[in-house]
Amino acid sequence: MTALTDPPKESFRLSMLIYDTRYRSMTIQVVALMGFMLLFAWIISNTLQNLSALGKPVDFGFLFEPAGYDINQRLIEYNSQDTHLRAAFVGLLNTLLVAALGCALATILGVIIGVLRLSHNWIVARLMTVYIEAFRNVPVLLWIVLVMAIMIETMPAPREFRGENPTASMLFGDSVAITNRGVYIPEPLFSRSLGDISVFGAFDISLDLIAFLVALFGGIYASKLVKRRADRIQAATGERPTTWHIRLGLVVIPPVAVLIALGFYLGYPELKGFNFKGGIHMRNSLIALWLALSLYTAAFIAEAVRAGILAISKGQTEAAYALGLSRSQTMNLVILPQAARVIIPPLISQYLNLTKNSSLAIAVGYMDITGTLGGITMNQTGRELESILLLMAIYLSISLSISAVMNWYNKRVKLVER
Amino acid sequence: MKKTVFLGALAVTGLAAGAAAAGTLDDVKARGKLNCGVTTGLAGFAAPDANGVWEGFDVGVCRAVAAAIFGDPTAVEFIPTTGKTRFTALASGEVDMLARNTTWTFTRDVDLKFEFVGINYYDGQGFMVPKSLGVSSAKELDGATVCIQTGTTTELNLADFFRSNNMSYEPVPIETNAEAQQQFLAGACDVYTTDASGLAATRATFENPGDYVILPEIISKEPLGPLVRHGDNAWGDLVRWTLNALIAAEELGITSANIDELRKGTNNPEINRILGTEGNLGEMLGLSADWAYNAIKAGGNYGELFEKNIGENTPIGLQRGLNAQWKDGGLIYAPPFR
Ligand SMILES: N[C@@H](CCC(=O)N[C@@H](CS)C(=O)NCC(=O)O)C(=O)O
Repeated sequence: MTALTDPPKESFRLSMLIYDTRYRSMTIQVVALMGFMLLFAWIISNTLQNLSALGKPVDFGFLFEPAGYDINQRLIEYNSQDTHLRAAFVGLLNTLLVAALGCALATILGVIIGVLRLSHNWIVARLMTVYIEAFRNVPVLLWIVLVMAIMIETMPAPREFRGENPTASMLFGDSVAITNRGVYIPEPLFSRSLGDISVFGAFDISLDLIAFLVALFGGIYASKLVKRRADRIQAATGERPTTWHIRLGLVVIPPVAVLIALGFYLGYPELKGFNFKGGIHMRNSLIALWLALSLYTAAFIAEAVRAGILAISKGQTEAAYALGLSRSQTMNLVILPQAARVIIPPLISQYLNLTKNSSLAIAVGYMDITGTLGGITMNQTGRELESILLLMAIYLSISLSISAVMNWYNKRVKLVER
Repeated sequence: MKKTVFLGALAVTGLAAGAAAAGTLDDVKARGKLNCGVTTGLAGFAAPDANGVWEGFDVGVCRAVAAAIFGDPTAVEFIPTTGKTRFTALASGEVDMLARNTTWTFTRDVDLKFEFVGINYYDGQGFMVPKSLGVSSAKELDGATVCIQTGTTTELNLADFFRSNNMSYEPVPIETNAEAQQQFLAGACDVYTTDASGLAATRATFENPGDYVILPEIISKEPLGPLVRHGDNAWGDLVRWTLNALIAAEELGITSANIDELRKGTNNPEINRILGTEGNLGEMLGLSADWAYNAIKAGGNYGELFEKNIGENTPIGLQRGLNAQWKDGGLIYAPPFR
């Protein structure tokens, strides 16, 4: 080892901040940051000044006043005497609902279309290309409005189901009604219901649902354990015990048992008075928004899927064929699992886009968070700045949560490099 | 030290920006036209005709104000606003005034900080249903699907009405009158509710108006009038007294037909003061002496505007009712011009 003496310490002079290359870039960054912060402070102070000059100082107290308006689609209890805050929450749940439904459908459609676009069948591949180009190149707002207009203009009104010779009738043995106010489907009901529990005294969650989910996920978990045991036995002895019937039973029996214990039956929609009563009412605003967002986003996801598949080298396919795997086995067992790693990052941004695009809901009167907090509340209270700030914070949190979850998933499926 | 000076300067610029919001009349004059917020289209009240020229009862108020300022009733830019966008448009200065079926309420005045300069139509909220539904009273509407325009007093009244009568309903929120009409005609909602005048105007544009009835219940008071921002009283005065001039003109018998004759001089001092042949009322408003003459000449007095656009001889066919002059048993009343 050689002993090195430190170079003589230079005394620090202020001018070094500019002339010394070691410090210069730091100086520039600090100055730029300060400038940026000043600009920001100016914008904020200017806004506050002008608002108080208008006699409208920033104040979030309006959130605790009664809202005064009704909302048609409520996932939790709400009436017009509840606060604006609760109305905003009802809207938030509606946003999350359409975002979740949309992401699920868009993913399914996107994967199918993306794979079919690479089909060897010329017509199928061309059709998918047409689909993708049509949806990608027309603004999603137009799709939303178009689906809504089709629903309103072509579906029968509830009154056409009435009378001696109705011009419209229900489908699937009188269990589903498609009307221009939406689609009514049967709802699950329980004759020996466990009732609801109240969460923080703010809203109720059905215990029946919780019991069902616990049974379902418990079964899935148990089935995983069985699979692991089978893997272990196979590794040790080279022989795999047949487990499919045990695993199927573990997944199916507990939830079915819960359903029977709770006295499960279906409540069918029925025409009563002006509207269908009973069943689940999927409003046409929800359907229009859901379909249009899914079809639109599916086109982008399909492109991501195609890119992911093409990124897997052709040798993989050939190797799989050489092993005697069929075309669909090759796709499901070899290509797609590897392609997933390429697909997931763009998929995250498509999920984010879909969620943000759901704020176009107001075009069809779907009461999402933009329609409640950013629409009626903002308009009735005149609290534009406060509402918009809240909205931005909410969308930001939703987006960051989606990214966090998807990034976690991405880490799990990423190739572990050695 | 430096920082405080800088922030102080910021505060001053902030204040200056706020103060610049006053002086609307100067802004309008400098621009050479009035920006007037109207509906996106409601027959009889404000709608563009086949040539794209806006006309209607509310449009008449905008034109009268423009005529009072410029002597030219066409010096107006009409800016269509929905129930939702109208207040933002006014508060942000995008429009100088609103003449748009807007109800004067406590919160809009006090909390939203708007100044209603008067009332040009006394209205109330009503319900319209297809005749085939066989409904004859609003109390029979339990469970109905109702189309409403969002951002209006309508949706608040509706919630109150159904709640106090222990009835349920399914609200379908809609942005404009045109969309509401489309959904209502397609049967996507059973009921359309808005101001009774708006219902009459909407029904008049239907292919078969006779197939629809307006129910007898009027569930609210909807005094509709033009409004401006708080904070510029001189501008508020100008719009208020232009409206009053139209109303007083009807009361005093000044019409677009005889106004030129009357301007030569009459022995009624109030007419002379309005028409600017006596006194200096125009000057007090910062306008020329013939401001009211121009405003009345633009589309006629209040009664003429009413008859031409929404009166009994138009397809909309509204009676004067509450909107008759006070002398005739109505509520329309202008304070004295002196
Ligand atoms: N007077 C109520 C309702 C105003 C309103 O929405 N009026 C409708 C019809 S009476 C309208 O002007 N619609 C025209 C449009 O959609 O632009 C209010 O001020 O809130």
